[in-house]
Amino acid sequence: MHREPKEPVIDRQSLEVDIACGGFGPAMGGFLTTLSKKLAECETPPESKAMPGMPLQVICYERADDVGFGVSGVVTRARGIRNSFPDFDASQIPMATPVVNEKVLYLLDPIGASRRSATLRLGDKLLRSLKNVIPGFDHDALELPYTPEFLKKHDGFILSIGQFNQWVGNQLLNSGNVQIWPGMPVKKALFEKNRVAGIRLVDQGVDKQGNPEAGFMAGMDIKAALTVVGDGPVGPVGRELDEVFGMPSGHHVRDWAVGMKAVVSLPEGVDLPAGTVFHMMGYPEPEIFGFFYVHPDRMASVGIFVPSWFDSPVRTAYRYLQHFMLHPYLWRYLDGATLLSWGAKSLQESGKQGEPYLAGNGYARIGEGSGSTNVLTGSGVDEAWTTGTLLADGVFELLRTGKPFTRENLEAAYVERRRRSWVEKEGRVAEHARDGFQRGFIQGLIGMGLAGLTGGRISLHANIKEPHERIQEPEDYFRGKFSHEEIEAIRKRCLATNQSLHDALMDACGWPAIPFDGKLLITHQDALLVGGKVQAAAGYADHVVFLQPEVCRFCGSKTCIEICSGQAITQGDSGTPAFDREKCVHCGACLWNCSQEIEKGKTNIAFRAGAGGLHSAQN
Amino acid sequence: MNSFQIVVCGSIVPDPLQTLEPVAGPTGPALKNEMMLPAVLDPWAAHSLYEAANLAKQFPGSKVYLVSLGPKAKLQQVMMTVGQKVPFELVAIDGPASGFTDSEEVAGALAAAIEALPGIDKTKLLLFGGWESASRGAGSTMQIVGELLGITDQFQGVDRITVRPDGSFEVLERIEGGKHQVSECKSAPAVLGWATGYLGEPRNDPQVGMMNMRGIMPSLQKAKPAQIANDGLSFLKVELPKQQRTTRIVKDASADEIAQEIAEWIAKD
Repeated sequence: MHREPKEPVIDRQSLEVDIACGGFGPAMGGFLTTLSKKLAECETPPESKAMPGMPLQVICYERADDVGFGVSGVVTRARGIRNSFPDFDASQIPMATPVVNEKVLYLLDPIGASRRSATLRLGDKLLRSLKNVIPGFDHDALELPYTPEFLKKHDGFILSIGQFNQWVGNQLLNSGNVQIWPGMPVKKALFEKNRVAGIRLVDQGVDKQGNPEAGFMAGMDIKAALTVVGDGPVGPVGRELDEVFGMPSGHHVRDWAVGMKAVVSLPEGVDLPAGTVFHMMGYPEPEIFGFFYVHPDRMASVGIFVPSWFDSPVRTAYRYLQHFMLHPYLWRYLDGATLLSWGAKSLQESGKQGEPYLAGNGYARIGEGSGSTNVLTGSGVDEAWTTGTLLADGVFELLRTGKPFTRENLEAAYVERRRRSWVEKEGRVAEHARDGFQRGFIQGLIGMGLAGLTGGRISLHANIKEPHERIQEPEDYFRGKFSHEEIEAIRKRCLATNQSLHDALMDACGWPAIPFDGKLLITHQDALLVGGKVQAAAGYADHVVFLQPEVCRFCGSKTCIEICSGQAITQGDSGTPAFDREKCVHCGACLWNCSQEIEKGKTNIAFRAGAGGLHSAQN
Repeated sequence: MNSFQIVVCGSIVPDPLQTLEPVAGPTGPALKNEMMLPAVLDPWAAHSLYEAANLAKQFPGSKVYLVSLGPKAKLQQVMMTVGQKVPFELVAIDGPASGFTDSEEVAGALAAAIEALPGIDKTKLLLFGGWESASRGAGSTMQIVGELLGITDQFQGVDRITVRPDGSFEVLERIEGGKHQVSECKSAPAVLGWATGYLGEPRNDPQVGMMNMRGIMPSLQKAKPAQIANDGLSFLKVELPKQQRTTRIVKDASADEIAQEIAEWIAKD
């Protein structure tokens, strides 16, 4: 059994606060906004127990170097957000705009390289033959005659999550009731007997392996009566709690996707109105879904989701994103566009099925890591925000009545509120909505449709495999298309020339080379610099660690290299992949794309708390 | 033992690697989407802040002020990061921080804010700042602030200050040819426009953050607007340095070949 090395005994400083929060995203924004407002409105606000005589000490630590460096392509109904800000005015937030036009589109394969089933190919052929008579057929895409109710965001907003987070952060700091400190990753939870007693921050001034060097500063222990965990789907604290406390019976986190998006400046002459939303599917591979949202000032977000049930071991979000943008339906708008920003993140797509214990002694969980994402409606920000507000309501009630943050009290004050909320109601409808995709693309669509149209009463259930159980060796995945010898020859050539296996295999499958234009279609490395502005300060340990290097040496798929959103994981000289922290965008895709299970439920990649990453606030 | 009042003048600039695009704004040149770009404390000023904190630590009773002129909302954001680095008292002035503002007017606003600091004692005053700014390398602001405050001992391109027990100090200044000039100064007040110094960026310290935050938010809340009219300043032309990104992947090139190619590329400009 693999054991993480024991931490050396270091004399750590500690700080006592009342509420310690890990991760600043929409969920924490909702929590802190609501709590801060309640504290401001309260005639006799609760006093700090950690610092008697002072106001309540609420401190949030965020991993990224700025609160605006989160990434998400967001169209949201913003019900929770509007509830928090009744006078919400989108014009006050850069890149925010109301939705004015929404379409669902099925994209056909214009080049013939997409791995489509025979049924799908037949369907595509039929559509093309009838294109002159089918309404809504345009530029190799079919516009669905209507947008299913469960997908509609017509009363919502398009947001840049980076700009939105900045706006929320400023409101919060103005309130003076909470503190938010970015650039400070939370390493782990602190445990005292059966309760969470706070958080430990990462060590600074260490080498790649975490050994102290010049300027060493041991990560401080932040002790708190309540720890609020909102560190997202791949956050180390949330995952640690899952490991320590286990998951509720029948719950598991097995469905994932990596979302990658670009924010672009559309060329002169493109007259799509701000607020235009396209939900897209079918291309570049049937399993990959896409989106296109138009912001004000002729900016647009364009992106894709590569799900864990896409079985290709040579999956790559970046090249697929480029092929997606080159689809004729989009390219007519994007030809001549310039990349402004770029980024990627993992999405926890198990939704309600991945819900952990929401509260325990001294802690509560909110946001995506708490299973709030709705996998049917394709919505996460609104739900995450709302879980934060529900927790704040409960926490304030406990503070007001002087009750301690025990499991029982938090369950009564928070979990019960959550069970009565629309997040729960809609999450239950969506619970099995995507199970059908485990069987195939068309079955998945049918399952979603059934769940959506019957309010979750009917859906296609399936045995959901763990991601590593789905990843095949390239020889198996491309059986019938390439021989073992052909794949081995490609693999050897890639090793010799330091080329990506996914690129070589996609080339061999007939995907054309990307016609780089130096503006939007640029190399992956240029996207890191020009779009993501990816940076990492020195003095922090590597946060991606290959636990048993010898296991990697014998791994045939090395999907971690192919999926890596920042090309931060590459072929290492010894056969074990090499990790370059300065290129990592912290999407966490490597975590769930490792095909090597070293013990039950644990693969060979550790994804720890780390600093640096994206430095673009337009995502 | 001497103590100092160290006033650091420093504002914000766009975070490195941001794509900057000059546009014509209603009051002159500006950067496209400037308010959307993430910002950092100007790196030159940041060096001087860290040097100031280091000096203050050596001389108990010293105090560090950070006088910062910039858009309040952006200053607030940047302080979330800077506030964790070293202890200081923020004096915020709400105004533009772009490279297109008149350095004399900026210096005027800074000098007025420094004059108004309660308990300021010019015999203990060390005025720190960057010798230039990452948003504009005019190198004039600190000199003008010094002049307005009547401080005649001025040093630019400073990499080190060594203070003696009697309060006199030695200053290492960068000069032409990659050399340093050593100057002696009897006592404060003095202006030190810093180059990079020799200190690394301090680690983020939660306790420093908590301590600073008690002063940062009140300072931001009472930040006075600065009247920067840019009168008498006109820009004939604004353009970015000519730069074309070209990326090639080359394996096993020798250092000589790489150096040769870089030299040829530089010579083209």
